[in-house]
Amino acid sequence: MTDILASPGTPDGKPVTSHGASGDDVVSGEFETRTVPMPWPRRRLTPFPAAAKIKLADTQLRRNLRKATTTIRDKRQRVVDELPDWEELREAGRAIKSATLRDLDKHLEQLEASVTAAGGIVHWARDGAEANAIVASIARQHNVDSVVKIKSLLTDEIDLNVALAEQGISAWETDLAELIVQLGHDESSHILVPAIHKNRNEIQAIFQASGLEPTSSEPRDLAMAARQHLRKKFLSAKVGVSGANFGIADTGSIVIVESEGNGRMCLTLPEVLISVMGIEKVLPTWQDLEVFLQLLPRSSTGERMNPYTSIWSGVTPGDGPQEFHLVLMDNGRTNALADEIGRQVLQCIRCSACLNVCPVYERTGGHAYGSVYPGPIGAILTPLLQGMKGSESLPYASSLCGRCYEVCPVKIDIPTVLVHLRSKSVESHDHFSINDTAFRTLAWIFGDKRRYETAQKLGKLGGPFGSVFRPWSSVRGPLAVAPQSFRSWWKEGHS
Amino acid sequence: MRVALFLTCFNDTLFPNVGKAVVTVLERLGCEVDFPMEQTCCGQMHLNTGYRPEAEKLARRFNEVFAGYDAIVTPSGSCAGTVREGYPMLLGFDGPPVHEFTEFLIDVLGVTDVGASYPHRVTYHSTCHSLRALKVGDRPYRLLKEVRGLDLVELPSSEECCGFGGTFSVKNPDVSAAMLADKMRHVLDTGAEVVTAVDTSCLMHIGGGLTHSRAGVRTTHIAEILASP
Repeated sequence: MTDILASPGTPDGKPVTSHGASGDDVVSGEFETRTVPMPWPRRRLTPFPAAAKIKLADTQLRRNLRKATTTIRDKRQRVVDELPDWEELREAGRAIKSATLRDLDKHLEQLEASVTAAGGIVHWARDGAEANAIVASIARQHNVDSVVKIKSLLTDEIDLNVALAEQGISAWETDLAELIVQLGHDESSHILVPAIHKNRNEIQAIFQASGLEPTSSEPRDLAMAARQHLRKKFLSAKVGVSGANFGIADTGSIVIVESEGNGRMCLTLPEVLISVMGIEKVLPTWQDLEVFLQLLPRSSTGERMNPYTSIWSGVTPGDGPQEFHLVLMDNGRTNALADEIGRQVLQCIRCSACLNVCPVYERTGGHAYGSVYPGPIGAILTPLLQGMKGSESLPYASSLCGRCYEVCPVKIDIPTVLVHLRSKSVESHDHFSINDTAFRTLAWIFGDKRRYETAQKLGKLGGPFGSVFRPWSSVRGPLAVAPQSFRSWWKEGHS
Repeated sequence: MRVALFLTCFNDTLFPNVGKAVVTVLERLGCEVDFPMEQTCCGQMHLNTGYRPEAEKLARRFNEVFAGYDAIVTPSGSCAGTVREGYPMLLGFDGPPVHEFTEFLIDVLGVTDVGASYPHRVTYHSTCHSLRALKVGDRPYRLLKEVRGLDLVELPSSEECCGFGGTFSVKNPDVSAAMLADKMRHVLDTGAEVVTAVDTSCLMHIGGGLTHSRAGVRTTHIAEILASP
């Protein structure tokens, strides 16, 4: 899903601040717009609490995020409130997705057959490396040194741009916000609005540094500068690359919803089109689409309908790309499917409503999550796709306030999955942990009335908590055990 | 009516006055209150932090301690939520029927005017679990509106999390503090002298922040307001 026009910021913003990418291996200095900025793989080195601490101190980021998330949140609420059957739609969305996942293999094989019958070529990729190799090899067969891209989370997930660059192929992002991120050597920080952390003045500076010539920081001028730059790319591109919002098994149709029209250009102008789709994006029938085309725009951009919905089935002679490749990719999705509680994450339609209501995301932004999938959905999707190693801190990046579940258009119970993943995180500990010892000691105390009462009397209840609760008092003052517990008062006079 | 008080380990140990206030209100309304002495902790903290086997043991224990009561009342939205939503997952069957305090007053006893008087400017924070897990709705407001002398002012963004989140506040102390800062700003905007809620834990967090910054606003559990003569 392409972003809405990215101008979340305020007119009084400062120049580009340091909260962008770490940038240690960025080729700094000048480059001109004909050269694609050298991409680099996304890394997750910093645990969430430490990464969040850095982001919290960025006042410009805080203000941009507060303004942008509040705006989208209110917009979504307005259009959702218009529908009397919203809850039924959510339930339909959940039911269709969950039933589809139960027979995923069957639906995928049907999709393959339908796309093939319509003149498309279907490829299967177990992981990102295989998917990247397939895309690169198709591009190489056509002797191109650049491709145009539609905003696609999945290709970010597998670092396709990096893989293509290694083969000497430049991948040009054509979505406005993705372009800003690409030109700024930055990383996306929101599923829908990748440049949500930048305001218009910051965007103008990025454009100017990249050889684009916006006449001002007005959104329209920024868009016109991007358009001038992008037109040349669209008209000269031989190969287009996209993700997919939905793949319809019975008709072999691929669906992309977007706002800017750049997607429509990428999907119709090049001779060759390659769409990389996660295997969980399949829908059994054409009719299923009616539910999701109502749920997605309202949840995502807060619009009744998105401006552009492109649907194509294979190849049509004389109309649009004459060669179509569909790459069906797993990359951890079957791992998630094997997790009984976690598998509901595969229902996700990437609307980002959960990000916009999340009090944690609103304050830290997306980069703190160290994943292409930030916010509440990212906190469960990343560990479920990639395993717990390296993402142990993500399931804890939530106060379990439950707002994400309330707005999710396909009813993913994110808080329950977060708690489930926390258990998996604790189970995966192969080292001594003072927290584990504290919690197990506390459970032992709670397991018996006499132990509990003794601990209360000795004021020892804080004992096993010592290490856990230290960060508390710096902001909230000390915690004090009451001089007399309730039960002691009750025993004295109230039996 | 014979009622079992599930006070929670938290209130028992740190905020005994909340328990005394619940007893006062329930007895005033003609209930006979029992405090099962075997009760300790419902296991919420262990469940939500990832210590599931430990939480399961505490859930089994809770289920035995409170077996046989017609009504169980607790002054905690999040502990009630754990029993109602978490136990079916932990135990494979429903836990004992637990009512959050304001639910019990309105749904079971059918009262909104508990005969209280509290001449202060008060604002109400909707705690996450009471709002989104239990769905207490406007019950606390209906009770507060009947309190003599109480000047109830609406808290902006009342439904937004205060940043406590149990162990979230210590595992992510900086994000928690940032959320607390916004909650305190909203509280101060109301001009209230008292913030109330149905969860002592969230109030401990908000109240700690307010006291630490010498803001001149105190926190009080809703039971303590309703117990005021």
